[in-house]
Amino acid sequence: MHIVVPIKEVPDLVEELEVNADGSDLDREYLKYKINEWDEQALEEALCLKEDGGATVTAVAVDTGDVDTYLFTALAKGADRAIKVTGSFTKGGDNHTAAAALAGVIEGLGADLVLGGVQAPDDLDGQLPVLLAARLGLPCVSVVSGVSVAGGTATVRQEYSGGMMAELDVTLPAVIGIQAARQAPRYAAVSKVRQLMKTATLEEQAAAGAAVDTGVKVRRLYRPDAAGHAEMIEGDAEEQARRLFEILAERKLVRR
Amino acid sequence: MAVEPGRIREHKEWVQDGVDISGHWNRMFDPRTIDEYPLDLLERITGLPGGESLGWCYQCGKCTVVCPVDHVGDYSPRKIFRKVQTGMNLFDDPDLWLCTTCMNCLRVCPKGVNMIEIMPAVREQAVLEGNAPAELLTAFENTMRHGNPLGEPQRKRAEWAKEAGVPVPVIKDLGRRVDMLWFVECYPAYHPRGRDASRALARILSALELDFAILGVEERCVADSQRLAGEKGVFEAMAEHNIGVMQGYEFDRVMVTDPHAYNAFLKEYPKLGGSFETIHYTQLLAPLMDRLPMRTSLDLRVTFHDPCYLGRHNGEYDAPRHCLEAIPGVELTEMMRCRANGYCCGGGGGGMWLDGTNSEHMSERLSERRVREAVETGADVLAVCCPFEVSRFEDAVKSTGNTGRLRVLDIAELIDMAMTDEEA
Repeated sequence: MHIVVPIKEVPDLVEELEVNADGSDLDREYLKYKINEWDEQALEEALCLKEDGGATVTAVAVDTGDVDTYLFTALAKGADRAIKVTGSFTKGGDNHTAAAALAGVIEGLGADLVLGGVQAPDDLDGQLPVLLAARLGLPCVSVVSGVSVAGGTATVRQEYSGGMMAELDVTLPAVIGIQAARQAPRYAAVSKVRQLMKTATLEEQAAAGAAVDTGVKVRRLYRPDAAGHAEMIEGDAEEQARRLFEILAERKLVRR
Repeated sequence: MAVEPGRIREHKEWVQDGVDISGHWNRMFDPRTIDEYPLDLLERITGLPGGESLGWCYQCGKCTVVCPVDHVGDYSPRKIFRKVQTGMNLFDDPDLWLCTTCMNCLRVCPKGVNMIEIMPAVREQAVLEGNAPAELLTAFENTMRHGNPLGEPQRKRAEWAKEAGVPVPVIKDLGRRVDMLWFVECYPAYHPRGRDASRALARILSALELDFAILGVEERCVADSQRLAGEKGVFEAMAEHNIGVMQGYEFDRVMVTDPHAYNAFLKEYPKLGGSFETIHYTQLLAPLMDRLPMRTSLDLRVTFHDPCYLGRHNGEYDAPRHCLEAIPGVELTEMMRCRANGYCCGGGGGGMWLDGTNSEHMSERLSERRVREAVETGADVLAVCCPFEVSRFEDAVKSTGNTGRLRVLDIAELIDMAMTDEEA
């Protein structure tokens, strides 16, 4: 079984986000990036499936600048191959463009299963697994936590609102949008990542196809207006604690 | 209790469970051998670069007496050796994370069993095998991503300086050579109580009219403790960054706030191509104390906690004491365990990020034990000069019910207090 996991970099929210001068995008000059946390979940689930019954896991990333680290990290965690999809891509590029670039590469890899993060925090319009499935003409189940594979069928648990879960069978090949892996993503020892950076090489494949019109245009990016609903609690620790308790009691969140 | 006469009889010959035990009552029946235990677990450790010396232990037990962890638990290098010899897999055992690399065992060990090298070597394997505690891995990830184990924004690394009340120049902005580069480190840059000490030290340097600068946002964690906790990769990545940045500037020497940074700059960074003349801030201040404008007599009884990485690891016991004794109104009193036999605060070797994991295997924290010792001296203040210690000891003062009885202050804060007009 060949499992392909697309990963991407997203802004790291540890630094405060600022809007750029013309209000069209984030000010990316001092922005830090990290791997999309849902992609980490997808990779973890893929590695668990590999441990379950054997699989080849390939991590792919559109080259938006600093993806090498994430690809080497995927190798350190246990992925078998890492492919960088080259072309003229920018950080913060939309998922429609990424899906178009990745679809061509994934098609060539002959994937049985594509596990992608259910979403990325910087582009809620582009739920990559759905876009990918459409381009690849494959069945898709998204918002999934927990995948098992037997024969040519994947059994997946899909989350609904209100705590409902559905168990679905999907005939492979298929694309799955992962909400959560069965366990917390594993740690990749930095010493191992650094060693791989010296010894391993990333495969590179050029993206095919033209630019994609997403149909979405950013007119203005701005901070949400602050609503004045906060009550600042004054006084010393005792008084603050008393007021805090009153508020919780008023809302019937604690009992006397 | 007396034994009735005749109850004990000596047999000339006797066979017990098939073993002939005839002879003098004190004879040894069989050669004492340990070959019923497989040695592969021990050999896996002694086969690691750095792990060799565990095999040299001859079980004298000198380390057990001085091991700070044994005082609050059941742990020492001797015990580790014996447990490994009799089947403990140290690579996947809670004992692996208890050592703070304080070095008191190595000080007394006649065989040179070096836990400072053994522990990082074994821990590195545990980290690679995914057997490290999650809280420690979080600190590693934070260090790698943000340049500090606290997970604070890199861009705010020099924020503390804004409220120092004196200029704290950043070397990049100065654009010229300085006498002294102040390597601030993470806890002094981000922890609220660490920042207090940094601001105090900035005011002291300013009063001395020294030509200094900091790296500001370009500085990253020195990461010596991450190395000792088993993440050599994080250490090397941080060291390469810091060395690269520092080599881009001109300065005569480096001053560090943190004894762990002191240790790394002296012993580890040169191996990676970064050789800088380095002093700890107490070494800088000790000979300059008479040049400081002292305005207030503090009238405080002060006891001092030797940082493991300033004292035992690097031999500096006197500079901090000189600083303290030169403060007007400070009466220095020593704790039972001081200088070379100083107790450990528990923060070294990754202990700073293993509180949850390790507290399950100790009767109390090392910092709590140490605070009790400090209280016993009758001191008003527990003085420290390592950035791990202020928060650890302040928490321990609270958790041992000593609030109001003992204050924890950095030596820089005490000096700063004496330099201001107000009463302490």
